[in-house]
Amino acid sequence: MSEPITASVPVSEIGIRRRAATSIAVIGNPNSGKSTLFNRLTGLRQTTGNYPGVTVEKHSGTVQLNDSALELVDLPGIYCLGGFSADERIAVDVVLGRVDGTAPPDGLLVVLDATHLYQGLYLLQQLMEMQVPLVVALTMTDVAISNGIDISIEVLQRHLGGIQICPVVATTGRGLDGLKAALEAVTGATAPALPESWPELSTTADDLAGKMGGHLPRIDVIQALIHPESKRAAVLDKHLDPETISQIRTRLFGDEPPQAAEARHRYSWVRSVLREAQRQAPLLDRFGARTLRWFNRPWPATIMFFAVMALVFQAVFSWATPMMDGIDSAATLLADQVSSLLPPGALSSFITDGVIAGVGSVIVFLPQILILFLFIIVLEDSGFLARAAFLMDRIMRSVGLSGQSVIPMLSSFACAVPAIMATRVIPNRRDRIATILAAPFMTCSARLPVYALLIAAFVPDESVGWFNLQGLVLLGLYLLGILGGLLTAWMLKRSALRGPKPHFALALPEFRWPNLQTVFIKLMDRARIFLKRAGTVIFTVAIIVWALAYFPRSVDIPLRLSSDISQAELTLVGESLEAEKKRLENTAAADQLAQSYLGRAGRLVEPVFAPLGWDWRVSAAVIAGFPAREVVVAVMGTIYAVGAEAEESSLTEKLRSAQWPDGRPIFNLPMVLGLLLFYAWCLQCAATIAIIRRETNSWRWPVLAWTYMTTIGYVGALLIFQLGTRMIT
Amino acid sequence: MTLRELRPGQSALIHEVDANQPGVVRLMVLGLIEGVEVQYQNSAIGGDPMEVSVFGTAISVRKQQADCFQISPISPNV
Repeated sequence: MSEPITASVPVSEIGIRRRAATSIAVIGNPNSGKSTLFNRLTGLRQTTGNYPGVTVEKHSGTVQLNDSALELVDLPGIYCLGGFSADERIAVDVVLGRVDGTAPPDGLLVVLDATHLYQGLYLLQQLMEMQVPLVVALTMTDVAISNGIDISIEVLQRHLGGIQICPVVATTGRGLDGLKAALEAVTGATAPALPESWPELSTTADDLAGKMGGHLPRIDVIQALIHPESKRAAVLDKHLDPETISQIRTRLFGDEPPQAAEARHRYSWVRSVLREAQRQAPLLDRFGARTLRWFNRPWPATIMFFAVMALVFQAVFSWATPMMDGIDSAATLLADQVSSLLPPGALSSFITDGVIAGVGSVIVFLPQILILFLFIIVLEDSGFLARAAFLMDRIMRSVGLSGQSVIPMLSSFACAVPAIMATRVIPNRRDRIATILAAPFMTCSARLPVYALLIAAFVPDESVGWFNLQGLVLLGLYLLGILGGLLTAWMLKRSALRGPKPHFALALPEFRWPNLQTVFIKLMDRARIFLKRAGTVIFTVAIIVWALAYFPRSVDIPLRLSSDISQAELTLVGESLEAEKKRLENTAAADQLAQSYLGRAGRLVEPVFAPLGWDWRVSAAVIAGFPAREVVVAVMGTIYAVGAEAEESSLTEKLRSAQWPDGRPIFNLPMVLGLLLFYAWCLQCAATIAIIRRETNSWRWPVLAWTYMTTIGYVGALLIFQLGTRMIT
Repeated sequence: MTLRELRPGQSALIHEVDANQPGVVRLMVLGLIEGVEVQYQNSAIGGDPMEVSVFGTAISVRKQQADCFQISPISPNV
């Protein structure tokens, strides 16, 4: 019998990817470098899914270790297990294993920022109460050193019952091997020691958990004691004598909010530990630090905020326009190719005017949205946006919101869909809904083509002092959107959403250069969210609008067209024949649209919109725009018989000469201003309605938003047209 | 003296927090509790909200909540 031959090669060296059997939640304070570390560990092997029944996305990735693999779940940053906002609550629920259909994590990777250990150790103390295996990654150690912060890991470890602390620099990858080795050992490791910061709470929890006989784990007992209104507290009261529980609460917390008592106990402990474990060398007053401090003063900071935002918008439009034009022409070229290959008819029209135009109308927004989000992510990761929230808090307070509503509102200038998702950081539900309903007022990129067309056609290209009149009108429309949003929030906070004033307690991160990989991953993530949430809806409605505008087909119109063309061929040749053919084809297309379902709908509702000065053509275009406002320009192109892809100048010409049967022009100044106001305020976006439904989990708010915005858009346009017409005559 | 009266660059020790006032618990969770040293860093235009630092972390505090923190200054006006 010979000895079996064995050889071992680390899995990572032969390139086998193992499937992760163990799931580790990555948890830490906001801005602790958690996402950068997560991206470092998992690389691009990340997936984004949904937690069942919850609107927050689940970010997970696999980290390959020497002999195994782990699933890491990245969670929103939190300061405590209290969970004030929707984002924070999902992080807490995942860590505590409360999300239905999702197993609780097998262990925790707690990310502590070496420059903000004070808040980090507080969270760690709460997490240690869970008694699950955990590893601590101490990030930003390089920043700490350059800030003169000296941390003794041995002393920290001694106060934390010997848990593993791995110093890392996530941006360069230093210390990652040590962290991976610690993660490898986390499976099957024993639970950490009990936290030292509040022994009385720990022993009370153990005692009660024992009496509950497994109905409530000790961490849930602690949560039940600290949050008397929670579901867990009800379980506690059901199994034990409520009187005793209430006595225990009084003994532990006195007559103050339990979270306040907890903060006092644990932070006192953290403070004494830091005195021992951390030394702060006197800081050199470096030029960079002095400059940053100067820029953080009230006036310089506020002026900087507006200057940066102006630069961002300028850059977004000047960089995105060539790309958008490119996408437009590519779509037109493709559509031309297809229609030359296919016989004319429903199929050809479906592919060119339906599918290609529909996909085109989705991706045409990508350049603007990607560029704007690139800026927003960079500003977010550098700490600028938190500063913006701080600086704008006073203004937002005057409409009943807080500085935290500023960030979603800024995103809303690109697209309301991701902006509404960004409201998850707002702690109070009422404030969050008020922000959700205010966001769609901001001038998103879909409104711009309509503004551009109408302004170019009807606002004279003149100078007013230093400014261009057309530019001023566009600026006015942006301000109108902001005004509408703020007034809406103000009214809601005084009526349906009346409640206590929102509080504003925010940690302000210091300036930091953003990490490129993190920025890239976040950008791809938001692009994916836009394509998934907005793109699918926009595409679907593009197809529906196409069908409404295409069917039913008249048989007479093509017959008349071919006889007209034969007539023309008898009298005309060369270029003038081609031009006449084109004119006849466009007229036929306009006639077809006039008798399509969309055209009929336009005539049907014409009386409704007549007081606004709109004829059936404008009405039909507006109806087509209700599911997605950006289709309006293309519909107007078809309806005014210049072809959907016509040069803007020819459509402008047609709009200027459009007349009522009695010869009055349709597009006069009051009518155009009213139409612009209608577009500024009306909620013409099915994707926004869908996301409001999703984020508020009720039909009530999207229905309210739609009705309200349509009403004020209509009434506003009506007033402007009627008063304007009277002033002119 | 309350946190509201802190001047730019001045440091102080928190010696009493009225936790029952609205919005104060969230600040306590960020570490503003009795016995810690806070320093006034900055403010928005008009002085509200103010930015104070505790253990190197800057925290935004509205004046309304700042009134709930009793302090004693430990360094003179800079």
